Amino acid sequence: MPMALFLFVPLVALVAGAEPARLLANLGDPAVASAIRISLTTTLVSLALSVVAGTPLAYLLGRRRFRGRGALDTLIDLPMVLPPSVAGIALLLAFGRRGLFGQFLDDAGVSIAFTSVAVVLAQTFVAAPLFVKSAAAGFGEVDRDLEQAAQVDGATGAQTFWHITLPLSRTALITGATMSWARALGEFGATIIFAGNVIGRTQTMPLAIYIGLEGDLSAAVTLSVLLLIVSFGVLFLVKGVLHRRV
Amino acid sequence: MCARHRQAGIDPRRLAVCAAVLLAWLAACAVPSAPPTELTVYAAASLADAFTELASVFEAANPGARIVHSYAGSNQLAAQINQGAPADVFASANTAQMGVVAAAGNVVPGAERIFARNRLVVVVPKDNRASVRTLQDLGRPGLKIVLADRAVPAGAYALDFLTRAEALPEFTADYSQAVLSNVASYEENVRSVLGKVVLGEADAGVVYTSDVGGTARDKVARIEIPDPLNTPAAYPIAIVKATKHAALAERYVAFVLSPDGQAILARHGFLPAAP
Repeated sequence: MPMALFLFVPLVALVAGAEPARLLANLGDPAVASAIRISLTTTLVSLALSVVAGTPLAYLLGRRRFRGRGALDTLIDLPMVLPPSVAGIALLLAFGRRGLFGQFLDDAGVSIAFTSVAVVLAQTFVAAPLFVKSAAAGFGEVDRDLEQAAQVDGATGAQTFWHITLPLSRTALITGATMSWARALGEFGATIIFAGNVIGRTQTMPLAIYIGLEGDLSAAVTLSVLLLIVSFGVLFLVKGVLHRRV
Repeated sequence: MCARHRQAGIDPRRLAVCAAVLLAWLAACAVPSAPPTELTVYAAASLADAFTELASVFEAANPGARIVHSYAGSNQLAAQINQGAPADVFASANTAQMGVVAAAGNVVPGAERIFARNRLVVVVPKDNRASVRTLQDLGRPGLKIVLADRAVPAGAYALDFLTRAEALPEFTADYSQAVLSNVASYEENVRSVLGKVVLGEADAGVVYTSDVGGTARDKVARIEIPDPLNTPAAYPIAIVKATKHAALAERYVAFVLSPDGQAILARHGFLPAAP
């Protein structure tokens, strides 16, 4: 009970601190609108990236035993454990135009740091592990007997994966994707260091809230409340879908 | 003695005696003398190095005092103080943010004193691959420039500089716009601006001259901004009204304004309080 209260009270204080009239006025502010747009588009792209690139990795991690599996597992944990600003510095040192890898990209005329690509990369770096770990656990728990039964009936590996493994691990996959998206939405430290902060280009909602839109606390509160509503809405929806289908 | 229990359960009387002895011993050990008085100083990010030195000199001269700092962009500190953060002293990088705190009634009106001044300077990476040599070069398309966000004093001062430059014949009429379209990031504190230039990720940045002292000196090259274009940043310091250590806070502020304090600030690249 105290824990529930502790989690609940700050959120109530946040909503109570917002004035509805200013809330609506701030929504019309182009800087606020662009922060919302950038946040939604970048988090959707990083979610897609996490799921598409993360699923094979999760399958490997959850199903196969191989030498170095423990090390790989720990490596995937690292971005979740690192302070986000450390992640940002690491990304800058790797992919910035003077970076380990980035200098070659720079020679080819490709620049990543301070662009919306950098926003997506920063989000993916910190959020993908959340999906991968959850998906790996989900894949690992699928009953092999069911898969083998399907293959005995003539299903290929791909068909087995698509029709048996994937549906059976659906809850873990959706939970992982939701957590990953939520983490990406709230990402700040790595973003501001690697992607920088420019309204309309790289300023996501968390950045806009922090910088306080030219010291205007009311605009920051508006965005905070909006972030809260969007997060709550999506999580509620996802939980509803999960409970209905299970 | 307390760990042995021959019957089921621990004898509560024994436990109480053990606990009392332990507590008394801890109390005796932990408080040999009066605890130090902690003074919390909220200071702008650009003051970090100077204030660390000021604190160690002040603590040496005032045994029993301990200075604790919080460094951030002045706008963030002002917002925190107005929300009741436990600061005793506020040192801001511009009078506007001190005004924000004063307007909310958190410093005694008129009690603020200017304790240092600062100037802006353009910095470029040491190897200057983009060949930025003059202020006019900043407007060249394709550069990556980093400024502090306008909400942060250093950012506001930088925007002032651009506006003033535009009015001069040596600069094009769209100088300000040309430079701003080169900005790759508006950082939330001026030290981050310097960091990105040092890393070479930005071709140029606008920081304070005080930021280029110390370790950064060898890592960047400077392009001076002449006086007519340079906004002399005035740093005010004031005691927060809600302080519980008014006497110590006054001594601290007096020290900062004293010749010794001013000498320390000068060593870190700040200009004296009096112009």
